[in-house]
Amino acid sequence: MDVIHLLVVELSRFQFALTALYHFMFVPLTLGLTFILAAMETAYVITGKEIYKDMTQFWGKLFGINFAIGVATGLTMEFEFGTNWSMYSRFFGDIFGTPLAIEGLMAFFMESTFIGLMFFGWDRLSRGAHLAVTYIVALGSNISALWILVANACMNMPAGAHFDPETMRLTSTSFVALVFNPDAQAKAVHTSVAGFVTASMFVMGISAFYLLRKQHREFAARSFRMAALFGIISTIAVITLGDVLGRLDYEHQPTKVAAMEGLWETSKPPYEPWILFGIPNDKKQTNYLEVGVPFVLTPLLTHDFKTPILGIKELQIQAGPKIESGIQAVSALKRYSENHQQTDLDIFKTHQKDMGYGFLASQYAPDQDVTKIKSEHIPTIVKKTKSDIYPNVFVTFWAFRIMVFLAIYFFIVFAMASYVSLRREIEKHRIFLKIISWSIPLPFIASEFGWITAEVGRQPWTIFEILPTVISSSTHSSGYMIFSLIGFLLLYSIFIAAELFLMFKFARLGPQIHQEQTSSLQTIFTYQKG
Amino acid sequence: MEYYVIIKLIWAVILCVLFIGLGLMVGMDMGVGILLRFVGKNDIERRTTLNIIGPHWEGNQVWFILGAGAIFAAFPTLYATAFSVFYVVMILMLFSMILRPVAFEYRSKIDQGFWRTSWDWIFLISGFFPMFVCGAAFGNILQGVGYHFIWNGQYFQDESFWSYLINPFAILCGLLSVSLSIFQGGMMLMIRSEDPIYSRAKKYATMAAIVATCLFIVGGIWIFQIKGFVLASGDPAMSPNPLFGQHVITYKGAWLHNYYDYPILWSLPIWGILCMLGAVLMAQSNKPACGWWIGLGIWIGVIGTVGAAMFPFFMPSTTAPDQSLTIWNSCGSLYGLICMAILVCIFVPIILSYTSWCFYVMRGKVKTASIIKDHHSY
Repeated sequence: MDVIHLLVVELSRFQFALTALYHFMFVPLTLGLTFILAAMETAYVITGKEIYKDMTQFWGKLFGINFAIGVATGLTMEFEFGTNWSMYSRFFGDIFGTPLAIEGLMAFFMESTFIGLMFFGWDRLSRGAHLAVTYIVALGSNISALWILVANACMNMPAGAHFDPETMRLTSTSFVALVFNPDAQAKAVHTSVAGFVTASMFVMGISAFYLLRKQHREFAARSFRMAALFGIISTIAVITLGDVLGRLDYEHQPTKVAAMEGLWETSKPPYEPWILFGIPNDKKQTNYLEVGVPFVLTPLLTHDFKTPILGIKELQIQAGPKIESGIQAVSALKRYSENHQQTDLDIFKTHQKDMGYGFLASQYAPDQDVTKIKSEHIPTIVKKTKSDIYPNVFVTFWAFRIMVFLAIYFFIVFAMASYVSLRREIEKHRIFLKIISWSIPLPFIASEFGWITAEVGRQPWTIFEILPTVISSSTHSSGYMIFSLIGFLLLYSIFIAAELFLMFKFARLGPQIHQEQTSSLQTIFTYQKG
Repeated sequence: MEYYVIIKLIWAVILCVLFIGLGLMVGMDMGVGILLRFVGKNDIERRTTLNIIGPHWEGNQVWFILGAGAIFAAFPTLYATAFSVFYVVMILMLFSMILRPVAFEYRSKIDQGFWRTSWDWIFLISGFFPMFVCGAAFGNILQGVGYHFIWNGQYFQDESFWSYLINPFAILCGLLSVSLSIFQGGMMLMIRSEDPIYSRAKKYATMAAIVATCLFIVGGIWIFQIKGFVLASGDPAMSPNPLFGQHVITYKGAWLHNYYDYPILWSLPIWGILCMLGAVLMAQSNKPACGWWIGLGIWIGVIGTVGAAMFPFFMPSTTAPDQSLTIWNSCGSLYGLICMAILVCIFVPIILSYTSWCFYVMRGKVKTASIIKDHHSY
């Protein structure tokens, strides 16, 4: 029987989540560090001071280690749409494939070609030309992220597409609507600046480590100062764009917002609190141990004090008729594909907007075929499907909170770091330096949880309200999935071990300070050979 | 002719161009990876070998990514089906592909025998396997693959993945693409290396070109014996849904019917063989730069030959021949294809020009002494 095994769908989701989160450990640092490198090299070209060249080369080396795995794991992502999400790729490829291909054409090619020159071209290019190459790499990696997020945005907020019953897929109608999808624009900037925050913390943290050990002091102090200033600007941008995104989600993805905020019941403005702590229970549809700040939630999301925000229970009630209508739509669509009768097409057209809910219900239909649902069973199937229309609240709620709490923490740390380092007092605050060097992993964690918020929050859909995850995957056997999962787990564990080992090794080793230093400086530096 | 047919054909040509780029550039790097252990007898020679493609491998690899991305955007049904049907093989290829960037970046960072030898082996595997699989995939496709679609466009597979790996014709095609990549890698090594790497590369490149010629000819004869596919009826302007509108017949030697209908097409395989022979000559007469460009000619010949035989098929189905994926029924929408074609026409020339510029900047022989001095080198 031609049916999708739900276990395979779960395993495919697990594998995709695993590989995407893994890939996303390397991306933010790449996005940010390229611009920090460009800034350092600009300082070198303008001032002519060798120390800035040393800074560029040292941080460049760490960048290289990170970039290699970023590229390697990115390959996986591009292949997985085809290998594991066949139905999704076929259904959405006309739209979704476009930004991915453009990413390759426009950005990835540029970034990867010039990165070779960035590392190998120091002696072969003039200072100006090399600086231009570094900027091209920085731009390339961020444009790359832009296109990937254009692709991501059309999953979250489909635009510039309509469903064509002849080809059984979404058809591209507007390239402009695809690219200028507001979700894409906001997400791209949010992600890039999150990368800047990550890289700033990375540079600041390692510099703090040198300052604590009184090594490479001038080098570290300069790197620290640049990173702190870069970091505070980026953190402000991250928070601002995060607010924009929250509002977009509120307008377009009510289930995601309800899950992020742990809202089971529709909110009561203006008093409704923003929950600081709580343990959402998905089975009982309630939050335990809830602690919140009153009067915050409504203005935070809606930017006014009156509008109520729909809770999950109310969204479920609203979904009921949509599911029924969706079952009609999918049944008519199937009959149409078999007989090509105009009457079926007309029925489909009247229910078309709820098609996704029909697909979502198909997992409960006999043989996964909605045309086989007997009319007396429709209420039970609608009831079952209703429990699937929202994401896992516990995960979405906490992923969102961890990201937000960390963002606030970054703001405080970067603000203090900028203040003390501009006053040239940073070396006096040893405890602060220690805190900073221990904070290096935090932006990575925040980025990962941001990704989890966005993508777990999108469930149960791969294309929001159009194609559910349960029918998006390939029709493999679970044996295939176990094979690939074991492979990824093994390989990726080796990678992370090698990466961390090399990162620590080269970070400990420190920069190779150039020979043409002033003699006074040379005595200060504990010179280590790399 | 309808616009839709024209744009479908343009995209088939673009795909061929991207495959040629992929074969040439990725093949070259893979070839260097395969040859690494054989042209470099000690660590410093191997490092020299790696640094010859060091500044370029990242850029070259993007051909691979762009190839996959272009299939995704322009022929989504093909992308979705082919990648899933070949799941196990694709995943194995992916594993070997993702080891390569890591191998480049990490190999020379630690000066320890076991560490470096392990990465050298990884270079060998990760160069050989992807090229082999790409070639073998074409071998399998030429024989047809077992799959069918259901009403909503979901594919279902009708055979086990073992048949894609243990399959003599596919192995032949795989070895052909491996030997072409060894030749291309050998040419690059000859261009940018000095003795003893130079003479070793020369030896292996010559051998590879001779092997490739033989395999190509044997494969050509074999094709007469293979059950091919012919599109008996099907409107090229059809709306892309594999369930409807095609009738496909199969018989032995059917892949040659395009050649019988249009004898001019025989020039493609002949061109391919001539280029391969020219390649042997160039390698032997110490003209690696000419040899490198002849490598481009070989790829045009090989991909052109296969493309001309299969036209308009992409991936014929043995279990549901009428649902075979062709250029006509697996492509994107008219609007999407036009947008993408415009972008490709703008960006591919730009890519080619800055890639050439990078090769120009990094021109010249790679010297052992400079590698030891430069702490950026691999």
